Amino acid sequence: MNMQVAERSSAPMSGQDRSGQEGPGQKNRDQQRGQPVTHNDDAHHELSIRVRDLNLWYGQSQALKGIDIDVFQKNVTALIGPSGCGKSTFLRCLNRMNDLIPNVHIEGLVEMDGRDVNAAKMDEVALRRRVGMVFQKPNPFPKSIYENVAYAPRMHDLVGRKSDQDELVERALRDAGLWEEVKDKLHQPGTSLSGGQQQRLCIARAIAVQPDVILMDEPTSALDPISTATIEDLMDKLKQQFTIITVTHNMQQAARVADYTAFFHLGEIIEYNDTKTMFSNPHTKKTEDYITGRYG
Amino acid sequence: MSQSFDDISAQLKRRHRKSARLKWISMGALGLAGLFLVLFFADMLVKGLPAFKQAQIQVQVDYSEQASQLPLAAVNEDVRSLVSRGYLRLIPGRMEDNPELLGSTRLEWVLADGQVDQYLKGHHSKLKAGEQAVVDRLVEQGRAELRFNTTFFTSGDSKMPELTGIASAAMGTLLTLLVTLSVAFPIGVMTAVYLEEFAPDNRFTQAIEININNLAAIPSILFGLLGLAIFINFFGVPRSSPLVGGLTLALMTLPVIIIATRTALRSVPESIRHAAFGVGCSRWQVVRDHVLPLALPGIMTGSIIGLAQAMGETAPLIIVGMVAFIPDVTTSFTEAATVLPAQIFTWAGEPDRAFIEKTSGGILVLLTVLITLNATAVVLRKKFERRW
Repeated sequence: MNMQVAERSSAPMSGQDRSGQEGPGQKNRDQQRGQPVTHNDDAHHELSIRVRDLNLWYGQSQALKGIDIDVFQKNVTALIGPSGCGKSTFLRCLNRMNDLIPNVHIEGLVEMDGRDVNAAKMDEVALRRRVGMVFQKPNPFPKSIYENVAYAPRMHDLVGRKSDQDELVERALRDAGLWEEVKDKLHQPGTSLSGGQQQRLCIARAIAVQPDVILMDEPTSALDPISTATIEDLMDKLKQQFTIITVTHNMQQAARVADYTAFFHLGEIIEYNDTKTMFSNPHTKKTEDYITGRYG
Repeated sequence: MSQSFDDISAQLKRRHRKSARLKWISMGALGLAGLFLVLFFADMLVKGLPAFKQAQIQVQVDYSEQASQLPLAAVNEDVRSLVSRGYLRLIPGRMEDNPELLGSTRLEWVLADGQVDQYLKGHHSKLKAGEQAVVDRLVEQGRAELRFNTTFFTSGDSKMPELTGIASAAMGTLLTLLVTLSVAFPIGVMTAVYLEEFAPDNRFTQAIEININNLAAIPSILFGLLGLAIFINFFGVPRSSPLVGGLTLALMTLPVIIIATRTALRSVPESIRHAAFGVGCSRWQVVRDHVLPLALPGIMTGSIIGLAQAMGETAPLIIVGMVAFIPDVTTSFTEAATVLPAQIFTWAGEPDRAFIEKTSGGILVLLTVLITLNATAVVLRKKFERRW
């Protein structure tokens, strides 16, 4: 039952002397690493982001320890775990938002489209163009609703004419399920909307540049239950176009929206599994303790 | 054992008395400060308001051939000493400009001598008894009165109190502040943007930060010495000019603008930066498109207050030679000029008592401009204040 855990704890070591260990068993294990324990037959399985042996330190303290995970395209992947377990830190590794924090040291591989996102020649602006982000607290720009959505596409030169821009804004707002509510007040400030609407505006802003992946860092934790339900429905719809990776404290939410779920604990992934399997028949004791509310 | 309300109230009484006492002391302090302020303003107004009126007398001006050579001849002997000599000096010039004046005699209101002005305002004057009698007679006939002093606002400095004005000093202040603003604002804002948004947090930037904060507390006269040593002696900028004065004041204003800008930048919530980085802005785009627009009201407020401070500054300008006798209004950045506080300083040192009211009048003008500037800053802040 604890095989997964045992293997994971040995992973950082094997990562450090990988060159000396190119045995026949290595290939097999590499295939195992980062894979969910059980496959979800309804989910897509084209690789989106491959993470291998990712370690992160804030100064002296290690926040992520040997993370291995394969995130698949056009799914919702939920990251759960107690506070301070490294889920948000991990999420920020995927679009290099950790670069903004001083004293962060990262080792390991985060690969997207065959490219190491932490490589020196990877431009973080290009990366964030393909990996969008929605934050915990709705943070629309203090500009108009229209401008909130139109700003990024214009900045990335995705639109030329004004009519293209209008079209793109409408499409993004429609996809975010906000169009009907704001179409008559596009030029009012984004901050005048309600919390849930603001968060959907932030989602519209993120999808306006047509990214591949959308990272959501507890997108509903500042919202009321009805707005939360709206956002969850939205995530379900958006996964047809985008790969969604969401951090959540709410296990019911993970169970409702996610195809795959990863359970983080003290900077490690304890279990990465098909969501249904994880919540009905967890693979490890720690996961079971957490999802049954015995700690965390 | 729990205490009853009565027990607790008895103990509380002492505490309440103590806080009441402190409250009264604080209010007393505020009242005292207010009283000083009112006294100061009242004194300035009483002394300064008369400067905005100046005595004029009505006399026969005889534009004769003789007057074009000897202006004193233009007015009758009995009132000759009562008319401003500065005014008489202008007569030949006027006659040259308007030839038709020649030979005519006109009854005109002319600027009176400063002593007549002081006499009419009830101050001590050097008029002799006979002259006083003439003035008294003129007043009775309605031919001598205090009129609005346009000279004060249109002419430069003069040794004759009735002819002095603040125009050259005001123009000097304007030019100097233009230099200060155009140097200190861009450098200050960009420095602050770099320190706040781009610079790594290490020993070096911390040392710079501490030094900038120290700069704001340096006695301003030292900036004057710096300006003298660097701008005048090293770079050869003309002394007494608005250029050198403005550059010197820019040195002094820089730390104020830098500190104000950093505070304004810091008050922009981190979530806005994250949002901008999240959609793929480069660092400069984050600053230009999102952070700076939000910080701008704070930056403007800080800069206006910095400018107001520079405007009232005299000490560094004394060192670079801007306390000068400037009779003409010049609009050149490189010619000698003076500024309002320096003009006030000059007048305060004049022995003639008539300059007392000029000094106070100058202070009133300076105060009005400063209060207007600060009020603008407050209004700007209120108007653009945003909530997130």
